[in-house]
Amino acid sequence: MTSPTLTSSRQLARRRSGIEAGRPVWEEPPTVFGRLSKPVVLALVALLVTFPLYVVVVTSLSSTEAVTRAGGLVVIPRELTIAAYVQLLSGGVVTRALLISTVITFVGTAFSLGLTVLAAYGLSRPGSLFHRPLLFVVLLTFLFGPGIIPSYLVVNALGLIDSYASLILPTAISAFNLIVMRSFFMGIPGELIDSARIDGAGEFAVLSRIVLPLSKAVVAVVGLFYAVGYWNAFFNAMLYLNDNNKWPLQMVLRTYIVQAQVLPTGAGGVTSGSGMGLSPAPSLAIKMAIVVIAVVPVLLVYPFIQRHFTKGVIIGAVKG
Amino acid sequence: MTTVVSGRRSTAPQAPKGGGAKRGGGKAGGANWRHRLRRDWPLLVMTLPVIVLLLAFHYIPTLGNVIAFQDYSPYTGIRDSEFIGLANFSRMFSEPAFWKAFFNTLSITLFQLVFYFPIPIAMALLMNSVLSPRLRTLFQGVVYLPHFFSWVLVVSLFQQMIGGAGLLAQTLRNHGYEAVDLMTKPDTFIVLVTAQSIWKDAGWGMIVFLAALSTINPALYEAAAADGANRWRRLWHITLPGLRPVIVLLLILRLGDALTVGFEQFILQRSAVGGGAAEVLDTYVYYQGLLVGDFGYGAAAGLFKGVVGLVLVLVANRFAHMVGEQGVYSRS
Repeated sequence: MTSPTLTSSRQLARRRSGIEAGRPVWEEPPTVFGRLSKPVVLALVALLVTFPLYVVVVTSLSSTEAVTRAGGLVVIPRELTIAAYVQLLSGGVVTRALLISTVITFVGTAFSLGLTVLAAYGLSRPGSLFHRPLLFVVLLTFLFGPGIIPSYLVVNALGLIDSYASLILPTAISAFNLIVMRSFFMGIPGELIDSARIDGAGEFAVLSRIVLPLSKAVVAVVGLFYAVGYWNAFFNAMLYLNDNNKWPLQMVLRTYIVQAQVLPTGAGGVTSGSGMGLSPAPSLAIKMAIVVIAVVPVLLVYPFIQRHFTKGVIIGAVKG
Repeated sequence: MTTVVSGRRSTAPQAPKGGGAKRGGGKAGGANWRHRLRRDWPLLVMTLPVIVLLLAFHYIPTLGNVIAFQDYSPYTGIRDSEFIGLANFSRMFSEPAFWKAFFNTLSITLFQLVFYFPIPIAMALLMNSVLSPRLRTLFQGVVYLPHFFSWVLVVSLFQQMIGGAGLLAQTLRNHGYEAVDLMTKPDTFIVLVTAQSIWKDAGWGMIVFLAALSTINPALYEAAAADGANRWRRLWHITLPGLRPVIVLLLILRLGDALTVGFEQFILQRSAVGGGAAEVLDTYVYYQGLLVGDFGYGAAAGLFKGVVGLVLVLVANRFAHMVGEQGVYSRS
């Protein structure tokens, strides 16, 4: 219960701005059915999204007894333990895949973001040489995809099969991100850029000292989009990597969860023994822990992405 | 008469092009071209890496589709493989497995158009009627989230919920019922993949409609209410017409992608459900081309898909212009 004074002051503020309880004066009051069904529907939708995540997290933290008693996935948490995570992260397939995914995500994001910033600026100066045909080259990629087979043949011809570069280079540039960033750069007042140029700044100096400091939000959003993309990428790894030892986390997730292959144990397996004196975690908890490890980075960066939605960076770009 | 026209022509080049005040380019000519190159070379250098990447991994593979017309073998290579005209295509069109994949793809697209497409619109309308901004932000935060999950993760979560060893089967078993495995049933596969798509992307799809809703002038609602229109009439006469351009645009985009239903989602579940129901054009290309090793044939199937998709977008866009909507690109 909120205190009555707080409620009334809030109502006062609304009344002063001509709004009764947030609802415009001309609008009819909601029906009983609407008033009851709306929260139910909203809660149901929110539950549909969060419940599977909740079950997975709880199961990953459950002991053998808890899993046995529940007959599988655990809904009501009992006897929580981090044994599954200790086992997974003490060396083995998942530790290595996690490391690979992390490095690919960081290197790939830096590479993609860097090139996207450069090209977005290079194409954003009105009237510059060749900017129309070059922009056309970028835009045309929206209309058709290259096709799986020819892409494979090109990557093969470049000798990139079974290399980490094959996880980055073929899908390094998102034309969409490039256009979003370009339209943001074009919104920067030309006078600012011209005045810097009069002061003797070259294009690189203009980009790094004038344009980038003004574009932190869009750079952050595009960077996060690239990062999430690299973290979630699975297609390139499936197509171009034959060597299991180079698998990123999503491939491990696919093999042991979706295809439900048996988790190998021991040296070179998914887990290398039970670490730190904890009793060994049930294999279901280990599987769910792999799922959680794949989700957590996305959950960590998500609030930062979401914060920029409200600033309208993405929507504005989509509409423009 | 003639003087007016020529007068216009002489002034036209001096108008700034592309909105650029400084870089209008001025008079066209060869000497000027060299001047622009000297001025703009850093911009070209900046753009170059992206262009190279797009050429290498987008345009060259697109040209590589010529192997669809070849009896291609990796050993002889693209230069020495024999051209066999449309043989790959005629073989493809007489292959029942190809048509199975083709019609699977189309039926999934149609099914999703009916059962998936309206959901983001409905959610956006519901969202728009929620008054508390705090609740709106929270709810949006929750429903956008699955868009950022990988397909591997989404399929994993579905498997844990409704798969053979999942929560649903487990609960049924614990209460003495027969367990069901909804993840491996070919008959209901189309419902399953639609449910997965809705779970992953329907919330995110809302974003476009919310943006469109926010551009509708609130005074329209007020005026309509003053004229005695109740909330349903306002929805019908103001809100839905306000959303129409966006709906048409998204329908066009969806139509252009009619033969694309998502490669990852299907490749992940193809072995569990079987190649009958779960085979779509993309997985067909992958299996025939890469796993069977029939590169030319796989490329032919992929090229067929790409060309049909391109034609569909152009046709749909033309149609949108005909009914007076803006479409994806406007005619200039």
